[in-house]
Parts: sequence; C-alpha cells; structure tokens
Amino acid sequence: MEGVMSHESDLNLKATELRLGLPGTEESTAKNNKRASPELVDDGQLFKLESDAKAGDRETAPASKAQIVGWPPLRSYWKNNVQSKKTEAETGNYVKVSMDGAPYLRKIDLKIYMGYSELFKALENMFQLTIGEYSEREGYKGSDYAPAYEDKDGDLMLVGDVPWEMFMSSCKRLRIMKGSEATGLGCGA
Amino acid sequence: MRSFQSMLNYFPEEVLEHVFDFLTSHRDRNAVSLVCKSWYTVERFSREKVFIGNCYAISPERLISRFPRVRSLTLKGKPHFADFNLVPHDWGGYVQPWIESMAKGGVNLEELRLKRMLVSDESLELLANFFPNFKSLVLVSCEGFTTDGLAAIASNCRFLRELDLQEIEVEDRRGQWLSCFPDSCTSLVSLNFACLKGEVNLASLERLVARCRNLRSLRVNHAVPIDALQRILMQAPQLVDLGTGSFGQDPDSDSYNKLETAMQQCTSITSLSGFLEVVTARCLPAVYPICRHLTSLNLSYAAGIYSDELVKLIRHCNKLERLLVLDTIGDKGLGVVASTCKELQELRVFPSDIHGGNAAVTEEGLVAISAGCPKLNSILYFCQQMTNAALIMVAKNCPNFIRFRLATLNPTIPDAVTMQPLDEGFGAIVKSCKGLKRLSVSGLLTDQLFLYIGIYAEQLEMLSIAFAGDSDKGMFYVLNGCKKLKKLEIRDSPFGDVALLEDMGKYETMRSLWMSSCEVTLGACKTLAQKMPRLNVEIINDSDQMEASDDDKQRVEKMYLYRTLVGPRKDAPDFVWTL
Repeated sequence: MEGVMSHESDLNLKATELRLGLPGTEESTAKNNKRASPELVDDGQLFKLESDAKAGDRETAPASKAQIVGWPPLRSYWKNNVQSKKTEAETGNYVKVSMDGAPYLRKIDLKIYMGYSELFKALENMFQLTIGEYSEREGYKGSDYAPAYEDKDGDLMLVGDVPWEMFMSSCKRLRIMKGSEATGLGCGA
Repeated sequence: MRSFQSMLNYFPEEVLEHVFDFLTSHRDRNAVSLVCKSWYTVERFSREKVFIGNCYAISPERLISRFPRVRSLTLKGKPHFADFNLVPHDWGGYVQPWIESMAKGGVNLEELRLKRMLVSDESLELLANFFPNFKSLVLVSCEGFTTDGLAAIASNCRFLRELDLQEIEVEDRRGQWLSCFPDSCTSLVSLNFACLKGEVNLASLERLVARCRNLRSLRVNHAVPIDALQRILMQAPQLVDLGTGSFGQDPDSDSYNKLETAMQQCTSITSLSGFLEVVTARCLPAVYPICRHLTSLNLSYAAGIYSDELVKLIRHCNKLERLLVLDTIGDKGLGVVASTCKELQELRVFPSDIHGGNAAVTEEGLVAISAGCPKLNSILYFCQQMTNAALIMVAKNCPNFIRFRLATLNPTIPDAVTMQPLDEGFGAIVKSCKGLKRLSVSGLLTDQLFLYIGIYAEQLEMLSIAFAGDSDKGMFYVLNGCKKLKKLEIRDSPFGDVALLEDMGKYETMRSLWMSSCEVTLGACKTLAQKMPRLNVEIINDSDQMEASDDDKQRVEKMYLYRTLVGPRKDAPDFVWTL
C-alpha cells in the first residue's frame, strides 16, 4: 500500500478493491502497488473482483476512480449538498452572454463575481456599454440596455430580482437586451 | 431487610409514582419495572416517554397496552447503514401503523421523534388531525413526505412547539406550507427547516417569528436571503440557536451592515449553523459579534470557506463545546481549535473531497486536538491517513471518550509510517477509554484489534466494522467479550458461519446485527432463524443476487437480524426474506 497518498495518477484502486480474499493479506498487494487498474465496472457500482491470482496480468489501462458503495460513510443528504458544491466551486460556472446586435457571443464565469455590481461592471467592460440603475419598479433606468437571463425553466428573466446566490444557480445564459425591447421588460404591465 | 421490604409494601401507589417521576431515563424506568409486579404496574401507568430503538421489535398495540399514558414516542426504523445507501428505500420502517394505532387507542400523543423512518403525507395528516395536544415533531433522516404534509402540521397543530427536520429530502409541492401556520399560532419554540429545497414565503416567516415570542431555535433554509434574515433577527433577539440559511451574498450591500448590527443584538445565541451556499469569506465577519458566546458551531455545509477564514472565525469562539467542520480547516486549523477551544467536547471533521485529493487533515490534527482539549469525549474524524503512534497519543491525552469514530478515506490503509495494521492504535483507545460506548474503526485491521476490543471495551454498545479482520475469530472475540454490546454492524469483512452461530443467544441481548459482504451463507442464516424464534433474520436481496433456491451454500450479501417480541414483520417488501 505504499505510495497511497503521493500518486494521484495511480488511483490506488487496489486499496479500495473488494476481493473474495481476506483483506488482511498483503503479499500480492505489496508487489502490485504500482499497477494502475484492474477491470472495473462503472463508478458507483458495487463491484467484486476476481481473486489475487489474476493480479499480475491486469492491464494498465487508465480507469475512472473506483468508488465503493457507502464508503466513506457519509449521509447521502450531506454528500448531495456539500460534495457537489465543492466541485462547482472548482470548475466555475460559465454562461454564454449574448448582446442584441453583436456578431458573436461571449462567455463569463459567474463564480468570480461577488455580486451584481461586479457582474455589471464586467459586462459593461466587455461590451462597451452602460447598464444603468436597477430598481424593482422600473427595471434598469438611465440606459438603453437591460440585462436579462434565461433560467432553469427556460424563461427570460430580468437580472437583479433575486438574491445573488439564487441567481447564480438558476442562470443558464445571459442576454443583454437593447432598445425598446429592453424597456418593455421593466414596465409594470 | 424484612422490615424494609414491608415498609415498601405500605407505600401507596401515588408515592411510588411520585418517586418514579424523577426517573427520566428510559433505562432507569426499565430497571425499575423489573423489581416486582407492583412496581411494574405503577411504572407502566406513569410512563410518558417511550423510546423504541427498533420499530420492529414491538408492535404499536403492545406499546399502547403497556403504556396507555404515553405522550412522547421515539422510534427508529432502518438499520444505521441505510444512511450510506446500503439499504433500499422501501425496506420498511413505516410510521403509519404507529400513528393509526395511537389514534385508535386514544393516546394523547404530544411528541414524536423519528429516525430513519418512512413518513408519508397521510401519516402527517393523521398526526395533525387526531392528536389535539400534539406539540413536537422531530424527524431525522426520514423520507417519503412532501411539503403538503408539513402544511397539514402547520395548519392543524394548534399548540405546536417544535418542528425540526434534519437532513431530509422533502419533495417541494410549492404549497407555501409555512404560510399555513395560522395567525393564532404563537407557541413555536423551535423551527428547523434548513434542509428544505423549496422557496418559503418570507413575509409569512417574518410574521410567524414576530408573533412567536418564545421562539428559541430557528434554522432557515437556503431560500432566506440575508436581508430577510436580518429582519428576522431584529424580531427575535431572544434566539438561542440560529441556522443562517444560505448566507452567501454580496457582502458590500447595505444588508450586510444591517445584519452585523442585528447580530450584535442577539446576545443569547449559543448555537450557530447554516452557511448552506458556497460562502464567500467576506460575509463571515458578520457573525463575529456572537462567536464568543457560542457553544455549538456547525460549518459542515460551508463548502468554499478556506482554512484561513475558518481559523479567523474560530479564534473568536473560545467557549465552543461542539464543532462540526470540513477538513479544509487543515491540521494547522485544528491546532488553532486546540489552543482556542478549551471547552471542546465534541468534534466532527468531514471530508471536503471524498476522492481524497489533497491530504487536508491527517493524524497530526487529531493529536493536536487531543492534546489541547482535555474535555473531548466524542469524535467523528474523516482523514487521509492515520498512525498507531498518533492513536496511542490520543488515547493517552483523552481517556474520556464516549464516542470514537474514525474513517480513513481509504478503508484499508495501514499506518502511514510503519505500514503496519492500526490494531495497536485502536487497541490503545479501547484500553484507555474505559467509558467508551461507541466505536467505528477503519484502516488496515486484523483479528488482533478485535481481541483487544473484546477484552477492554467493557462499556461498548455500538461497534461499526468495515473491511477489517482476518477470520471468524475476530467477530467471535467481539461477541464473546463485549458484554454490553447492543448494535454490531459489519461490512466487507471475512466473518462467516462459524462466528455467526457460535453464540446464538447473544443476539437476544442485542438490538441488532448487520452483516453485508461477509462470508455468511444462507444455510447458516436459516439455522439461526430456526433455533432462535425471538429473532427476525432478514436477508436483503435487492440486486437479485440470490436465487430462492435451496442452495444453502450461497453467500448472503446482506443480512440484518434483530430481536423482536412480535415475530416476522408483515410489511417486508419482496426483496426482503425473513427466514
């Protein structure tokens, strides 16, 4: 089991392997700790491997990370709500941004902004325009542009109505609307 | 002695009852009821709180007939390993028959606490409509209901004091359940809906908080933004326990400053949790004003706060007794906890990355805590690696552990330095901690550890074993040695028929035994079931791995046995065979 921690590429699948052999026995594993992977089934499935006799002839094909059902012992509710967040935190939350009349779209990572004000600054910078002041009643005053977004349900929504965190998780793409169409969004009707 | 005996006989029942009123622990009451018939009778009519650790050990009818005056019932359903997806959802543990029986039996139910049970909307509606004095509902890791059920509780329980939902996936029916609390409801003391995914009507929530002047505990969900939280706190400065909801907003805004001010008013808050979204560190300082009073802090959902921000927060918390945190705190951060939180009794460190990328906490953090926190008695520690030397040190520093649970991310990892099994380390723990009641072990472990456990762990009640041991001897040492063992759960370990059948009577002294992916065969299970009629021996065949053939030699994938007074259960699904 040497090198368990240091080899991130060696997925140390041997350690998580379920064998019909006794878990205490070490002879075959000590020899094979540099091996990459035995045959695996898909992530998340409880898998059973053949006995140690086959250990030597396994292929060194890269495989997905082995996961044992129920290990480490964590409640699913917690896993679903914290682990997935962590991954999101690392990979970023890129959404497309379109502007009416522009020839091509852009992409921004919503994760890097602390809130709406920073987002608007970035958009103003990217598209060379001014967005104006948000008000619940009138949308964006003082400019020809209004930022809108498409949410999870596919509806076109005005940016700024909901708390930032909620916006970040429901925004699928951004659209900067221009002109009369834009002001139409903000009015009370 | 004789005159003392006759003195007791002259005590009228009212006196006995009055004396028994001082006995709150169900174990004490159980003991008392065994003394003699008259004590049994007095006790049973006066018992108001009943605890049932396995809902299939007894039937609702027998419960009601023995304890007709029951007001508070605690029930546990699925086996513990159900928490880790080892038990299918529809295995059982339905609360419906209990509620139906109590309704029929005219029980004046006031409090219901359920763990790992299946609760339907129908059950909640029954509860809300048939028990006019119902006051308290606590559900932990349950499932099967929607916000419609919650609406029924909110609408109909006129004297509701407590509604506490912990780690439950509740289907959101968008029915504005929170708005169903009538204006006349002012009795709430505790409201915890942190786990709900849906929206709540913020105005209703604010009004509810404003009129419930006795509200002590409030844990909101992610849908409550900072400005609403701030308004709520202004209405409820008497709060003792707060769950903040998402807490992940733009901290430059005016709301943030208002929040900080509101926090300063809340001088009674001693317990804090929440932080459900990826928290940007800039919001955290808002809670600094209350940190010095905190005895309990739960940051286990706060993904995205990194070590230095966590540490800054914890430096303010010198009265902390209970801390739940992610391993992003690191060994250094745990060192700060050790030097700041001298009152610490319980620590839980959860893995931020279960694929074990970066070694966030190691044995060093654990040793630091044990050295700095002499009152530590309960730990749950997920770590990348461990050593015997560290565990021996921990055992020396903290002989007061009641609960000791260690989970190495790699379940069979040996001592990181010596490559030896971790037998000696865990052995030191059981030898030193004479009051140890609960133990979970992991890492490379042989039968030797189980020999130590059998010899030294005299008070042990619950033991969890995974990927450990060499032979049947290991399991035998435990069953033979641990006189107070109540729950034993084993997975992926080479224990088989010989160990299972060695002392069958032992299982009647225990609540339950779980064995999965071990070496037990169908034949042995059948033998056990046949010889021990007061045990239910259940085989869970959820992936059709077993055929209902007579091949007694086939290995059993999942076996769960438990003592019971009421025989095989009638609600077992197809994939559960009761032998």
